[in-house]
Parts: sequence; C-alpha cells; structure tokens
Amino acid sequence: MDNFGYIGIFLILSIGFAATMILLPVTLRLLHIVPRKPNPTKYTTYECGMETIGKSQVRFNFRYYYFALLFVIFDIQVVFLYPWAVELSQLKLFGLVAMMVFVLIIMVGFVYAWKKGVLKWK
Amino acid sequence: MGMDIAFWILAVVSVASALAVVLTRDLFRAALFLVLCFFTVAGIYATLSADFLAGAQVLIYVGAIGVFIIFAIMLTRDSRQGSPSGRLRLPALFIGFLFLATMIFALVNTDWNVVAEVPTESTTSAIAHAIFSEDGFVLAFEIAAALMLAAIIGAIVLVRDK
Repeated sequence: MDNFGYIGIFLILSIGFAATMILLPVTLRLLHIVPRKPNPTKYTTYECGMETIGKSQVRFNFRYYYFALLFVIFDIQVVFLYPWAVELSQLKLFGLVAMMVFVLIIMVGFVYAWKKGVLKWK
Repeated sequence: MGMDIAFWILAVVSVASALAVVLTRDLFRAALFLVLCFFTVAGIYATLSADFLAGAQVLIYVGAIGVFIIFAIMLTRDSRQGSPSGRLRLPALFIGFLFLATMIFALVNTDWNVVAEVPTESTTSAIAHAIFSEDGFVLAFEIAAALMLAAIIGAIVLVRDK
C-alpha cells in the first residue's frame, strides 16, 4: 500500500516539473529578462522541421481498427497475467499450465488474424 | 491524513474532468478529459486499498477504452466539433438531475457496513489464488479466453474487406 504513496509523490513531482518547465519562460518574459525580438520564422510550428501540408485533423485510415482491436484483446490478457505473475512462485505448475492454456487459446485468434492478412498493411 | 488529502485531490480532479468531458466543445479534448477522469478513479481505488482494481482500471479504462474512444474520433470524419445541441437539451438536463437525485438518495439512505480495521493485505495475490489455484475458478478463466477468441474472430469476420 505504501507503494501507492511513492506513485503519488512521483506524480506530484512530475506535474510540478512539467508546470515549472512551462511557466519558467513565461516568468522570465514577464520579468523582462528574456528579450522580445519576433520574426516570422520564430512563429512557425516547426522552426527547424518540414513545412506542414494540409490540416492536422484528418480522418485516419480504417485499417487502424484491427490494431486497436488486437490491442484491446491483449490488454485484457495483461489484466489476467498481472496477478498470475505476482503469485507465480506460489501457484506452482498448476498455475503455469492454466496460464499456458489461456495464452494458447488467445494465440489461436492471433494466428487467425495473421493468416487472414489483417496485420499486413496494404 | 495523507489519505484524506489524496482522496480530496483525486475527487476534485475527477469531478472537474467529468464536467469538462460534458462541457468541452472539442470532442478530442473531451476524450482526453475522460481519460483523466478514468485515471483519477483508479487513484480513488488505490486509496481504498483495492490495488488490483486500480491496476485493472488503468489497464482497461485508461489503456483500452481510452484508446478506443480516441480511435473512434479519429476514424470519423468531421466529428471534432461534436453534435450540435438539439431540442433534447432540456429533457436531458432534467433526466440527468433526476438520476443524480436518485443516486444521492440511494447513497444517503443505504446502511453501509463499515469495517473498523484497515485492510492491509494485498488484494492482487488473493485474486491470483482465487483464480489460479487448484480449487479456484480455473474453468471460468479458460472460458474467458474462449470468449476473447470469439471476440477477435467475430470482429475480424464482420469488418474484413471482401
């Protein structure tokens, strides 16, 4: 239970770090430490990158759906793997075989998706 | 004391982000606020000593459902601005408040069984023993695998281009 306290402290520190990084240039600008010399290049989205083409909000290819679907299935598998992995040393062979059967059944679906060419990008 | 502070931060952030989901016009930002709401609910589970539930909440809701909602928005054309509010706005508000009143009434009038001692045991190992030990729910666990297999194959068959 104490570990969640560490996660909480870590979260607070990371939020504080991000907020500091954002507020630092703003504060220095307000204190007139940073000079203000604007030019058009400075205000482009990617100053050193390529010129952007079109809108940023485009409709994505429908084929991403398969990857999202397979991700959700394996995400649910991880929910079962997590308590199993924590207690594997006490569950002995029976727990190992039970998880093997579980993973094998889901792998049938993975192999089916593979054979049907779902994972191939056409 | 620390638990109280953590609970109040999480509660305020979760309610604020839930309101932001409803009030934000940009659909994508609303989805991101929904993910934040799921995350703070996971934190509330953690303060209630339900460590496995918190982990499952992060994996399933923040991971899978959050990704799926964002996918649904990205795959849909011109849905970023949300649907324009129609004539159902006032009835929806009324039903929402009715539901809230019912929930508050039920919460206040329920006789909650409160255990005096603090649960210290890790729930994850208890769940692991309940599922994977020899007198556990191994059959139900394997049937869940068969259900997930059916979900994979069914979804692929339904949307595969001919």
